[in-house]
Amino acid sequence: MKNDPSLLDILRQQGVSRRGFLKFCAATASLMALPPGMAPVIAKALEQARRPSVIWLSFQECTGCTESLTRSHAPTLEGLIFDAISLDYHHTLQAASGTAAEEARKTAMEENRGKYLLVVDGSIPTGNAGYSTIAGISNLDMLKEVAAGAAAIIAVGTCAAFGGLPHASPNPTGAVAVSDIITDKPIVNVSGCPPIPVVITGVLAHFLTFGSLPELDHLGRPMAFYGNNIHDRCYRRPFYERGQFAESFDDEGAKKGWCLYKLGCKGPVTYNACATTKWNNGTSFPIESGHGCLGCSEPNFWDMGGFYNALSEPSKGTGNALGWGVAAGAALGAASGLMARREKDHASRSHQQVTVDDLKREESP
Amino acid sequence: MNIEAVLQWIRGPGLSLSLGIFIFGILLKLLEIFLLGRRKNLAAVRSSGVAAGFRTIFSRSLPPEGNILRRPPFVFIFGYAFHIGLFVVILFLAPHIQVAQSLLGLSWPSLPTPVVDVFAVIALIALMALLWYRLTSPLMKYLTTAQDYLVWALTFIPLLSGYMAYHHLLLPYTWLLAIHIASVELLLVLFPFTKLTHAFTLFISRWYTGMMAGQKGVQS
Amino acid sequence: MSKATLERGINALKEQIDAPTAAFFSSCVHCGLCAQACLFYTETCDPAKTPIHKLEPMRRLWEQEYTLGGRIRKWLGLAKPVTDGELARWSELVYQNCTLCGRCSMVCPVGNDITYMIRKMREGLSAAGHAPDGLIGATTRAVKLGSPMGVTLKALKAQAKHVKEDSGLDIPFDVEGAEYMVLLSSMEVINYPEYLQAIARIFDQTGKTWTISSQAFEATNSGIQIGTSDIAAELVQRVVDAAEKLKVQTVISPECGHAYTAIRWEGPNLIGRPFTFKVQHILEVLDELREQGLLRVEGVEDSRLTFHDPCQLVRRGGVIDPPRNLIKMVVDDFVEMKDHGKMNWCCGAGGGVSAIEEAAEIRLKAFNRKKKQLAKLKVDGLVTACANCRIQIEEGLEENDMDMPVIGLTEMLANHLVEEDTGGGTSS
Repeated sequence: MKNDPSLLDILRQQGVSRRGFLKFCAATASLMALPPGMAPVIAKALEQARRPSVIWLSFQECTGCTESLTRSHAPTLEGLIFDAISLDYHHTLQAASGTAAEEARKTAMEENRGKYLLVVDGSIPTGNAGYSTIAGISNLDMLKEVAAGAAAIIAVGTCAAFGGLPHASPNPTGAVAVSDIITDKPIVNVSGCPPIPVVITGVLAHFLTFGSLPELDHLGRPMAFYGNNIHDRCYRRPFYERGQFAESFDDEGAKKGWCLYKLGCKGPVTYNACATTKWNNGTSFPIESGHGCLGCSEPNFWDMGGFYNALSEPSKGTGNALGWGVAAGAALGAASGLMARREKDHASRSHQQVTVDDLKREESP
Repeated sequence: MNIEAVLQWIRGPGLSLSLGIFIFGILLKLLEIFLLGRRKNLAAVRSSGVAAGFRTIFSRSLPPEGNILRRPPFVFIFGYAFHIGLFVVILFLAPHIQVAQSLLGLSWPSLPTPVVDVFAVIALIALMALLWYRLTSPLMKYLTTAQDYLVWALTFIPLLSGYMAYHHLLLPYTWLLAIHIASVELLLVLFPFTKLTHAFTLFISRWYTGMMAGQKGVQS
Repeated sequence: MSKATLERGINALKEQIDAPTAAFFSSCVHCGLCAQACLFYTETCDPAKTPIHKLEPMRRLWEQEYTLGGRIRKWLGLAKPVTDGELARWSELVYQNCTLCGRCSMVCPVGNDITYMIRKMREGLSAAGHAPDGLIGATTRAVKLGSPMGVTLKALKAQAKHVKEDSGLDIPFDVEGAEYMVLLSSMEVINYPEYLQAIARIFDQTGKTWTISSQAFEATNSGIQIGTSDIAAELVQRVVDAAEKLKVQTVISPECGHAYTAIRWEGPNLIGRPFTFKVQHILEVLDELREQGLLRVEGVEDSRLTFHDPCQLVRRGGVIDPPRNLIKMVVDDFVEMKDHGKMNWCCGAGGGVSAIEEAAEIRLKAFNRKKKQLAKLKVDGLVTACANCRIQIEEGLEENDMDMPVIGLTEMLANHLVEEDTGGGTSS
């Protein structure tokens, strides 16, 4: 791959002007919360960047993440960046199949050992190796093998990042996240179900520009995209502050665009860029289309007490413990109270008449 | 185990458990009080005392007749500020009403969050002032036991963590929410076994005192 | 003969603890407001005198004996048992530093009737032998001689003779079927014999029949003050027996605070049955006579006067309006103290404190509260309706070089009786 065209060459071939390219770099810099002065640096780095080798492994997933990244309604720069990388293995997108496909993976791994990027979508079953295999290789083995030679790993989607839907209770396959298995490589979690496309390209741009991964939050997610809370950035926030809530999806409040907190919106515990970046070319995001945030970029979002239960609501029925509390309280309370009563009655029975001759102590001899 | 899983436990089994213990303890407490019994008053009473008892239940929540400064102003002002602040926060914050709705099926209008926020700040400041008073007044130092500090902390932490969660201070919201709910659960668990029970038993106390005084013809 | 022991004290406390006590102890949050209502705290600033603190041993006993948590702690050896030495130390707080005035019970924000519990606490302390000597002496005299101050029937009869000489009125003894049976407190007989004459004149004017029982004329109930129900019951029983023997309609409690509490509110509970007669305080009787138009007075006092509410009469007894109605009959310039009626401040000597020699100093210190109240009012004199308050106030005023007459209300009214047709004991 020595004479590979640079990214800029490819973009030019696709009809992207230099002006458009710089605009993209500036936008990326801003999205990544870098100072504006960094845009030219990014542009320069990207101009010269050689197509990096990318190996994409799909495990227990639904292809939604790939769909999200590729099914833009028109060619976008994000999409083009994708065209610009050397996606050497992606079993959904690649033309090759069977042995040829696996060969391509092996070749890419050997030629770019230590330099290639590994992208993973889907969770890894640990229960039984047979739950999910590719070319007869278990997901677990393939991940370990490919991760060993990777420069860095990008876990795309909540399944790869945190286990996602397969991990949801009762987790029949023993699904885990990439970071549960690989601990010796830098991992970026690009969570979301699916994640926002620009986050992927942003991370790629950062990697290509600086040769390193962007700053990450405590869950391994790029701070630039996951640093803000949906609730804090939500355009419906003023309704929350004023206490104006939609009580059902078809009431007056819902029609007036009031806060969806009571309908289960998980915005307050969700960190993602949806409220600012939005989806579908900046058209809208879930709350804007009238549905509460599901919290899909957070670990265990499937088990956060029901999509339509308010965040502060208890997540499980409390009936049992309350019943036991009432029963035990009544039983022990009655027992303790009756014991006290018996003790008191006993004191009354042992009462000795007090006369004026009993008011003093026995004189000590 | 990550924080989301912890939060899930706290919102689910943890809450059930603490509510169960709370109810258990309160029932225990009430039965232990009532089963001790009380001798019937044989004196010729001026009234049954029932009306006076109910009046006392309410009137002891109000400032004493006449000069409100008849009580020491410090305890008086901050005592009210704390309790009012606490009740507004507990009862009128929308997320709290949601809890009531899901547990009891009851709902009522909430107050705008900035208003609740002001009351939370008032309650926090008042609690700190009362703690300061406990720590510095010779009278209060003498009366205060370790349990008084414990119940102070049990009340203060939920307020503070709730306030911090709302304002996203220091820690991510998820953490603060977990800490907030966990601290409320701790409060619930220890409630029946500490003098926090006064929240319930004061009505019994006021009733007895008001009723006994009422039988003598005094509105206490 | 059985003697006081710690066990008997603990047993008595266990008998006393009831549902209200448990509710009160469960409700206290150590806010300290009761201290600010107690004149023994306000005049000394000694935190040990905080009313609720005076009950600490009883609180622990309740917790250890009557609650599950406390029993578990006791079983684990984590509970501090109530010791004899502790009760001995608490004796000073419970007897010398509390007049059972009940003011703390009025301000407690959680509604605890602390005084109700102090009364119970005394039950335990007296059974344990930790009552003060002064009260033991008074109680012994009350039981053995019929009066805590040793006033005998002979002494009373001598006073009756004086009344006859002064006013020409007979003091009726042991008259069966009289409407009223009058009780007297030793203090009145010794210090304020004018009371007896006042009563005689008033009943003479109003045409009511009354009597004094030679078997039970003493109203003071030391058993209540020391906190021994057995003894208090014995003293009450004497009055009940006398009243029932003479078939009177109403027993009148004299100008004495706790005597009223003892016979009016505790009495039936002490003997275990309702009374067959009515019990009224003399001021209630006088107010009724006023309402019926039978009590006719003339002239008014020319000085500025105020009224000191005896605690057991107002706050603990419910006799709040009668003294005011009566005072206004004969006083134009009547002023109330800032805290009056059910929120009055105690004189500092009630609840048996006046009978305890060791309490002399603290009692006069506590009087400072009343002194300050009086200084603010700038009155010429003070009216009250309790001989015990009256002695304390007179002593306190003297101690503080304040020259001010202290007048008994009944006496003052008697001085204003319309003289028209009453001379010479016509109705006797």
